[in-house]
Amino acid sequence: MRRFNVCGLPPIRKKREWMGHRVFVAGTGRGERPMSVVFYLIAALSVAGALAAVLLKNTVHCALALTVAFAGLALMFLELDAQFAGFAQILIYIGAVAILVVFAILLTRGSETPKDGVYSAKPIVGLVIAAGVFAILGWAVLRSTAVLPHETAKPQVTVMDIGNALMGRYVLPLEIVALLLTAALIGAVIVAMHEKEDAR
Amino acid sequence: MIEKADQVFILLAHWLASFLPGPLQHPAMVLLGVVGIIVTFPALFAITVLLERKGLGRMQNRYGPNRVGPYGIFQPVADGIKSLTKEDIVPLSADAVVHFLAPVFLVVVVFMGYAVLPIGRNMTLVNMDAGLLFFFAIGASSELSVFMAGWSSRNKYSLLGAMRAVAQMISYEVPLLMSSLAVVMMTGSLSLNRIVDAQNQYSYGLPHWYIFTPWGFAGFVLFAIAATAETNRSPFDLPEGESELVAGYFTEYSGFKFALFFLGEYVGMMGISGLGATLFLGGYSAPLQILGFVPSWFWFFSKIMLSMCVFIWVRGTLPRLRQDQLMNFAWKFVLPLTLLNLGVAGVWRFMGEGLMRWVVCSAILLVAYVFMARIGMKREHFGPRSYRYAE
Repeated sequence: MRRFNVCGLPPIRKKREWMGHRVFVAGTGRGERPMSVVFYLIAALSVAGALAAVLLKNTVHCALALTVAFAGLALMFLELDAQFAGFAQILIYIGAVAILVVFAILLTRGSETPKDGVYSAKPIVGLVIAAGVFAILGWAVLRSTAVLPHETAKPQVTVMDIGNALMGRYVLPLEIVALLLTAALIGAVIVAMHEKEDAR
Repeated sequence: MIEKADQVFILLAHWLASFLPGPLQHPAMVLLGVVGIIVTFPALFAITVLLERKGLGRMQNRYGPNRVGPYGIFQPVADGIKSLTKEDIVPLSADAVVHFLAPVFLVVVVFMGYAVLPIGRNMTLVNMDAGLLFFFAIGASSELSVFMAGWSSRNKYSLLGAMRAVAQMISYEVPLLMSSLAVVMMTGSLSLNRIVDAQNQYSYGLPHWYIFTPWGFAGFVLFAIAATAETNRSPFDLPEGESELVAGYFTEYSGFKFALFFLGEYVGMMGISGLGATLFLGGYSAPLQILGFVPSWFWFFSKIMLSMCVFIWVRGTLPRLRQDQLMNFAWKFVLPLTLLNLGVAGVWRFMGEGLMRWVVCSAILLVAYVFMARIGMKREHFGPRSYRYAE
């Protein structure tokens, strides 16, 4: 697939050093992953969705805006040619998690806007936590560029490769996750059915 | 000549695109494919609606529409004009933006599913490595549209209908995915083209469709049940049960928005029929080898229309389920059988050729069915319900 250079300008090499790590900024230099117009559109969509999820007043609107952010992330996976991850993102996050969020909001009568506004009374604490999470994530991402070999070509990963990896190398994490989910499922059923005896 | 008839739409698209300069030809081909899908399936929708109204009328001992044109065949045109010219009413307390977005979102999502369906030989719009996953991912997001419609209307019937619909769609999505997983296990691919190719072979003039194997037959029946529930069709049409909820989640829609919901429902039904045909009925392949001269797209469309007729027939025959029966059926009968069917598919795969695997696989499925349906469900007491909160 041909990728379009931003604004048709000649490619600019933007390689910078930041805290001793190589940092790649959007550009179309040789050896770097070119960022297309599509990338910027998707990024704008995701960020707008996430911001709306935080800033909107009505809780159901927030949930729907969050879905837009999920969709943006799924598109980002697809743009990076990770079909399986992208579709799994849509199937699980839009098809299940978003629906679950919306259900939880409706069943707990939380869709009405509270009188004293939706914003936190202590914004400083939230700011500190958000900055901390962002710092850890950023640190991890920047570290990974130094650890991993610099990929020049797009890796070809088929669905079969993912299946083989899940059943081979990562079978123990998979089993642990499965056990955890089964426990959660049984727990949910038990919580929901405790009043059955005296009901009939 | 046979080859030409088979590829007539591809050749037509090539011919039309050849009038354009070189770099524009490929986008033009894609655009023509999209336009073809967007034109064909609503036309089929009009035919299906007429067929349904006439057919249901016959089943219920009445005439059905017979005023517009000879035998009432122009009824869909009249319906279209009516829905276009009707006033579009948005309730005062409704959430206008979400209320507007819900039908649009549904129609977009439903049409996107067709992108990966192999409609005929070389007639897949996007040939994806994970086509099946794409179809299910897109199908799952239509639940969100149902919820948006129900919530934004600010009507308790709408909201109840939406809750019922979403609960039902989530419950039946599990067996839907699980029953198609057996096909994926057998083919070793999520690509719908590969799945059709695996079935497009003949021995003794008979096709290798998956429905003609024990696990495939069981899988197809379970898939059909789950697909009927997934599209909110009778007998699983509780979300829009008119005797209880007016019209469910689209109670507050009128004019063309209502028509969009109607279109979305039927086009979604055709899409899932097409998926079922692709997975179990050999997609575009002919039912007999000697019929191979008929164009491949003809078989695909006839399989879709046949399953639409079955949908109509079932609607005219079965009464609506109750909410508790619906959920019991999904979780206590359909889901265990699909899980067992996955195991049976594995047994079939590793037993090798021969008569023995037919006997073993059929026996497992039959015993399980008899045990669960005849004995297990008898203990469920399908009598009058005792209510917990209402007397």
